Amino acid sequence: MTVITVNGTEQKLQVDPSTPLLWVLREQLALTGTKFGCGMAECGACTVHVNGTAMRSCVTPLSAVSGQKITTIEGLAPSNNELHPLQQAWIEEQVPQCGYCQSGQLMTAAALLATNPSPSDADINIAMAGNICRCGMYSRIRRAIKSAAGVQQFDPAVAELAREINNG
Amino acid sequence: MGKWTRRAFISAGVVAGGGLIVGVAIRPGNRAAKLSKYVAGDGETLLHTWVKLDSDNVVTAIIPHAEMGQGVGTALAQMLADELDADWDLVKFEEAPALGEFANYPMAQAMLLAGADIPDFVLPTVEGALIRTAHALDLQITGGSLSVRTTGAYGMRIAGAAVKEMLKIAAAEAWQVPVNQVIAENSQLIHKASGRVEPYCAFAESAGQMTPPVSPTLKSVDEFKIMGRHVERHDLPSKVDGTAIFALDVRLPDMLYATVMRAPTFGGGIDSVDELRTRAINGVVDVIQLPSAEVSSVLGGFTYAESVAVVAKGYWSAKQGMDALNIQWRSTENDGVSSDAIFKQFDRDISAGVDRESDIAQGDLVASMENAAQVINADYRVPFLAHTCMEPLNATAMVKDGHCEVWVGCQSPLSFRQSIADALGFDIENVTLHNCFMGGGFGRKSRPDYAIQAAQLAVSLGRPVQLIWTREEDVRQDFYRPAIQSRFRAAIDDSGDLIAWENTYVDKHEPDEAALIPYSVDVQDIGHVRSPTHIPFGAWRSVAHSHHGFFTESFIDEVAVAAGQDPFDYRVARLQHLPRQLAVLTKAAKEAQWHLPLAPGRGRGISLQSSFGSIVAEVVEVTVKDGNLSVDRVVAVIDAGYAVSPDGMKAQIESGIIYGLSAALFGEISIKDGAVVESNFHDYQSVRMSDAPAIETHIINSGADWGGAGEPGTPPIASALTNAIFNATGNRIRQLPIKNVDLQAARESTAAMG
Ligand code: FES
Ligand code: FES
Repeated sequence: MTVITVNGTEQKLQVDPSTPLLWVLREQLALTGTKFGCGMAECGACTVHVNGTAMRSCVTPLSAVSGQKITTIEGLAPSNNELHPLQQAWIEEQVPQCGYCQSGQLMTAAALLATNPSPSDADINIAMAGNICRCGMYSRIRRAIKSAAGVQQFDPAVAELAREINNG
Repeated sequence: MGKWTRRAFISAGVVAGGGLIVGVAIRPGNRAAKLSKYVAGDGETLLHTWVKLDSDNVVTAIIPHAEMGQGVGTALAQMLADELDADWDLVKFEEAPALGEFANYPMAQAMLLAGADIPDFVLPTVEGALIRTAHALDLQITGGSLSVRTTGAYGMRIAGAAVKEMLKIAAAEAWQVPVNQVIAENSQLIHKASGRVEPYCAFAESAGQMTPPVSPTLKSVDEFKIMGRHVERHDLPSKVDGTAIFALDVRLPDMLYATVMRAPTFGGGIDSVDELRTRAINGVVDVIQLPSAEVSSVLGGFTYAESVAVVAKGYWSAKQGMDALNIQWRSTENDGVSSDAIFKQFDRDISAGVDRESDIAQGDLVASMENAAQVINADYRVPFLAHTCMEPLNATAMVKDGHCEVWVGCQSPLSFRQSIADALGFDIENVTLHNCFMGGGFGRKSRPDYAIQAAQLAVSLGRPVQLIWTREEDVRQDFYRPAIQSRFRAAIDDSGDLIAWENTYVDKHEPDEAALIPYSVDVQDIGHVRSPTHIPFGAWRSVAHSHHGFFTESFIDEVAVAAGQDPFDYRVARLQHLPRQLAVLTKAAKEAQWHLPLAPGRGRGISLQSSFGSIVAEVVEVTVKDGNLSVDRVVAVIDAGYAVSPDGMKAQIESGIIYGLSAALFGEISIKDGAVVESNFHDYQSVRMSDAPAIETHIINSGADWGGAGEPGTPPIASALTNAIFNATGNRIRQLPIKNVDLQAARESTAAMG
């Protein structure tokens, strides 16, 4: 049996531990937001976070993440009635076309912003290099990352400031 | 709700402007009862095929097109809502279920009327049964950039206007006031004099008893309120939180998973299958050989080759089981065919000119060539291309009590349903198709082979099954954009004026006019020879425009350069008879600052192509440094008549550009031993973030007939790019993809020659 934590919930799994995490998420846990695109770490559609780091779940055997904390697109938003700043930006910039690649794009971008709150164009190119969008929405993805970076970068500080001002 | 007492009928009429419209009004009756199960919930009155109004005053546009990414639902809903004067916040849309009642009549009519731009894969129907029966059973398709310009223009708007008139009449009767005093606004009916205000839904039922008006009045452009406005797409929230259901996400109780393989050499079949090692793999349930399937339908007659399926408790076991199979494929007459051999054949057949047919032949070609100051010759080539939709092909099926249910993402739900019924030997009534969001379509998902396989598996397993193709199978069993060769000869006189244009290419595909040029040249001979290959052909985003846009717009550039003139000015001088094209091209040049000089190593290229009723020009800026190419910027201008959803149109142009750019830079399906060599994204590459240029799209609302947006962005990009590379380096690229060209070496050799 393999135990992993997915979106905050512990899961005990009776699955061949060599099975890639992608299929465990999709088939055993019915978390279908994580997509299959290539099966060989070439397209990024299957990207999830393992302890906060973006990983291609199609080439990550279950055994490799035993005891680890996994976040999928279903767990990206901070709560049920809130979106992650990137999800918000994705809607504002009207990023998705078919939408199939977007879970992976969002998860990669979220991992980027978590370590680099104001990425340059070059940083974005490097971080997003593994995520293909066959609908070609790259300019919108770039714009959305930048606008969310603005939010993430300033939001906590601004909120703090606002509180201080309000409290006099 | 049990109030269905009348039958479904078709209403037809002519509207101002001469367009013929056909709408389907759904009325109570046995057929509608079947429909009500799928569309009308409790308390809803189904007024018209395209409009549903429920008791919360919510208007639902029922969209007879599949959503493959283009936001078609939102644009069509805008058209309907605007004519209906609905409150946009009270408008929803849903895709029509795959039932005959929802066949896409307006699209059929537009095709019949216009004649042009009919996607290859629907042609047989338009020619045939449709005209006789006016019952376009198979026409619920998405392709040919037709959604807005046919369903929208001839269907949605009329439906909205008709329903509004009916509601006004119903309100006037109820209030006992003249109908011309009733105003429809924001989903409310208003009678100013008496101060009455009621929501639309109050009259839904009485309007439902009326015969729709034959000729409802449409708004003029300056009356549009919702069309042309930026609205957010309805489907996006579900596409950022993982809740959108693609076919791959369907989960049924007790479901098995499967993957398949067909003979790698097209036309091949199975000789023998050794299952021993596969059966030993944990989780593998069965190995099943699926027979070839013959289908007749909107696609014409097709045979899909037999395949081997491995069925397991999960996809991973199925995939491992497939890898462990030892399959011997039958040898075929195509076993020795390679890309090289195919191009040699093209070259030979063009030179021989066997059975050459002209698309256009005017003037004295021989004399013009003899009298020319200069004759320019060039041969162009493009390779086969796969579609590689982001979502690999898949379908889920279940057969119970002689009834087959299929969940799939497809561009043609009705023809899929028919093909599945054909392949299984079922009556069409015993096949239900649920069309899911498509992770890309690009033309591939108009072929039902994958859905048939899933249905066949469900029959033999007696359990629900999800069939998932490996990406490798997806690349190697596609219906490909054909490889094409195109040969040109042009004559110019002393002043550089273009006096004759000759062009012969292999393989003619839709649309008919793709190889024609917009430029005024008195002497023209454009024609094609037949040179068939065994590689399966399929519609690929923008179909024949995808290659002819590269060929003709590169060669006109060559001619301009030979004439010693600026490629933009040269085009402009020959477009004086086509004001829309001229305006689009000129705006593209202006926005891109065409005449502003660039630093050494940088270059600009321009291209113009009209397709699917829209005119698009693109200017590309590149930098070539040490043999490395960077595509810096693309400026695009589109005139599609009128942009219903301006941001949606821009997104589609961006998408079309990147799709064409992937093909121009990297796209190449090569043939060896009769089969496809490439297999996945490592050897069949796509543009990635770092390759992607900044794209600016400008829209011209000329007010001309509605054009498409999903495809017209693709055709100009390859030639705009190679023209830019020429401008930067002096290297003329006549064969795609560009990844095969050594830009460093080329520059040196050009320099040496110069
Ligand atoms: S499916 Fe994992 S990277 Fe493509
Ligand atoms: S939105 Fe379709 S692949 Fe990215």
